Amino acid sequence: MTDLASSWANAGAVLTVHRWMAVIGGLLLASVAILVLCLQFGATSVDVKTVATAIMHMLRADQEGAATLGTSEIIMVQIRFPRVLMGFFVGAGLAAVGVTLQALLRNPLADPYVLGVSSGSALGVSLAILFGIGSTFMLLPILPLFGFAGGLLALLLIYRLAQSKSRLPIHSLLLAGVILNAILTAFIMFITSILEPNRSAGLMAWLMGSLTAPNYPALGMFLLYVLCVLVMLMHKAQSLNMLTLGEETARSLGVETEGIKKWLFVLTALLTGAIVSVSGMIGFVGMVVPHAVRSVIGSDHRLLLPASALVGGMFLAVADTIARTIMAPAEIPVGIVTALTGGPFFLYLLLWRKDRMV
Amino acid sequence: MKTDRMETMQSGLSVDVPAIEVEGVSFRYPTTEGRERIWTLDHLSFHVDAGEILGVVGPNGSGKSSLLKVLSGYLPAGEGDVRLGGLSLGTRSQADIARLVAVVPQEYAQVFPFTVAETVLMGRFPHRTARWWSMGIGDETAKDLACAHQSMIDTDVLSLADRLVSDLSGGERQRVMIARALAQAPKILLLDEPTAFLDINHQIEICSLIAQLRAERRLTVVLVSHDLNVASQYCDRVLMLKEGRLCRIGSPDETIRPDVLHMIYGCEVVVDAHPQTGRPRVTMPMNIVRN
Repeated sequence: MTDLASSWANAGAVLTVHRWMAVIGGLLLASVAILVLCLQFGATSVDVKTVATAIMHMLRADQEGAATLGTSEIIMVQIRFPRVLMGFFVGAGLAAVGVTLQALLRNPLADPYVLGVSSGSALGVSLAILFGIGSTFMLLPILPLFGFAGGLLALLLIYRLAQSKSRLPIHSLLLAGVILNAILTAFIMFITSILEPNRSAGLMAWLMGSLTAPNYPALGMFLLYVLCVLVMLMHKAQSLNMLTLGEETARSLGVETEGIKKWLFVLTALLTGAIVSVSGMIGFVGMVVPHAVRSVIGSDHRLLLPASALVGGMFLAVADTIARTIMAPAEIPVGIVTALTGGPFFLYLLLWRKDRMV
Repeated sequence: MKTDRMETMQSGLSVDVPAIEVEGVSFRYPTTEGRERIWTLDHLSFHVDAGEILGVVGPNGSGKSSLLKVLSGYLPAGEGDVRLGGLSLGTRSQADIARLVAVVPQEYAQVFPFTVAETVLMGRFPHRTARWWSMGIGDETAKDLACAHQSMIDTDVLSLADRLVSDLSGGERQRVMIARALAQAPKILLLDEPTAFLDINHQIEICSLIAQLRAERRLTVVLVSHDLNVASQYCDRVLMLKEGRLCRIGSPDETIRPDVLHMIYGCEVVVDAHPQTGRPRVTMPMNIVRN
């Protein structure tokens, strides 16, 4: 690096390895702190020491020790720990999907929930449930596969709309998403109405966006799946940067736009499908989190993508803790919490952007 | 092996071979229902020499922008062949083309907060060797940074390096986009309406910048403009398009003439000599009130 160049390269104008490490390292520490904090709250609150011993037991997989565990440790190990971790990865995945969609559509308000991609996945999963496919093994790839197919179809439809007039204005794209959402939701409602009451109640609770405590093999599989897709998205982070310049410019910079776009569609649909199949429709995380993160650390997707994923994870872990505790011992769906915090923020952005961008 | 190829690409333009050769190129957009398929570009043949500035003019919808997109390989020529430095576009990969040709598009609306330096550094993307384990983090080499630095000096945007592109004025943003194109270290620069929507001071700024870059970097420039005076004052030759067909190509003296302009635009204009350069200058005639 020449001395001249270093004057701007190190002054925060561009992403350096050093800055990447600092931001991601800081966010990782914050994530651990938030997770430990979230473990303490619930219908019964547990102090830090119990959290620590429970985690120690779990790490050692101590069979003899398990017999000596108290009720709170069992709650911790069996229920709260897997649920909090699940919430973290669902939030991380949703934020990553949001970042990717925003770059692909060149629209900072894009969100899998608002654009109807989540509804597409939900319809796919509902259909699978209606026909009794895979309803017993939640996390074997059957339901995510249906979610993937539904999400991909919704995504392609939205993209076609966005491309139809070279670039659809931000508001028109959102409107198209809302309509698509309404249509897909109608189909889902139809399915719930023809299911027998006890199954439809379960489906409704899931649709509203709720987290449950999965068993450990299922949790492990989900975490691995989300991590793999996140890494694959990270490999395309540079291309996402170029795509924000517009497709023609990205092509002129040597990005094979057609292939990359298809691959990104598949990855986002894979992630959305898996997330929706385990947690239903949790809205606004994919829009609010990247927006907030971008305003602090900038737009370079090599940093924005992993940072948004970590912040999204923290956001949903906290939102789920609120959902678990605010009406304790009853729980409210976490989707309601994110909609009540994210929705107003979305409206604010829409109003605020009116006189700036559109 | 990859670097070998890169070097041949970079030295790929010799003085003997024209930088751009267009032979019988036709292009049409996919049909829209119920409409006749018309050629957007109709059997064009011309060449651009290395180090030349070629201006492309013509009425709205005459295919100027489409021609530029065909030259950059964004739109595939339906018929005919485009050769860059003697090599057909079809045989080059997207990255190969990117190391040879840089494009400055007509409008650039960045909706995300990227800094000027980040945007200019994106121009180095086609020169990067991806390391799969780094996921692109820290891929910028000292050469990338030096190249971006020089491009920002040449376009006078270095002082804006840490500013957000979205906060800049139109003229500044256009200079950033040219800096981004220069960071690509291209041999050929394609510009689509570089002075559109700019105030006169920015127009002068951009035009002199292009002339200066051609002189310093021996760039071959193809410049699309609706402004006939920009084409006349700054281009070595002017190519005139009408309805996708090449009407005339030649020096400004041969092309910017009242009879030729009448044929292309269908209106009378006044052409006199520029007081400083003697090149043709186009003005509107005195307003004739019709009864």
